Amino acid sequence: MTPLAAYLLLSALLFAIGLAGALTRRNAIIVLIGIELMLNAANLNFIAFWRFGPNPEALTGVVFVLFSIGVAAAEAAVGLALILSIYRHYRTTNLEQVDSLKG
Amino acid sequence: MTAPIAIIAVLTLAAAVTAMSLRNLVHCALMFMAALAGVAALYLGLGAQFVGFAQVLIYFGAVAILIVFAILLTRGTEPPREPILSKAWITGIAIAVVVFGVLSAMVLSSKALTREPGPTPQLPVHQLGAQLMTKYVLPLEVIGLLLTAALIGAVVIAMHDEEGG
Repeated sequence: MTPLAAYLLLSALLFAIGLAGALTRRNAIIVLIGIELMLNAANLNFIAFWRFGPNPEALTGVVFVLFSIGVAAAEAAVGLALILSIYRHYRTTNLEQVDSLKG
Repeated sequence: MTAPIAIIAVLTLAAAVTAMSLRNLVHCALMFMAALAGVAALYLGLGAQFVGFAQVLIYFGAVAILIVFAILLTRGTEPPREPILSKAWITGIAIAVVVFGVLSAMVLSSKALTREPGPTPQLPVHQLGAQLMTKYVLPLEVIGLLLTAALIGAVVIAMHDEEGG
């Protein structure tokens, strides 16, 4: 197995862990943490392809990861603001009790 | 993959699993930070130093602190009385296992990944900065706009409104 395949397997496992957490947990904050883990797995793929790819001097993978981290920061800010707003309304962050759009 | 990298990888995965399975939310956030540190160390091992430090700066300095604040503001420190997993947790685990199976089957059967790795590429920061200012200047501006919009949106959403106004 080449190093690239090993890194891809590692990030696939990280992605699956984040996906399992996002799909099974009840707490909205943990679901957000799972999504962040999945984003990190995707970023790891970009860096691995940049490192082991045919022309790393193009820096495309690195730049893409920098932008991806920026988008993840924006997503976390908005997501946590939504969770705070939901908590203020429903007095819970349990996703199974948040089941109506109009409140 | 050398031995130190393999150890870091195992620690990262263990931290991720613990972050997804602990009962106390603060412990989950701390293990999430450990997983992020592991990913940053993997970036350093791959020769992408700038990205590794950007990861530490943004995820530790901003995202993790934001998550801890959210946990404290939603009284997440009190241990939950109800079960932590949702009713359909078997389906969720099954979907995750299937996704991992498909991904790993693709990785293991791909012929494009059998190429022997070259030497570790250099990542000069001045070259990265020059590229961000020339070739990638439009995405950079769009990211700036997105972050501004996201921050204003987050403030508006989380702003305390009296009587649902």
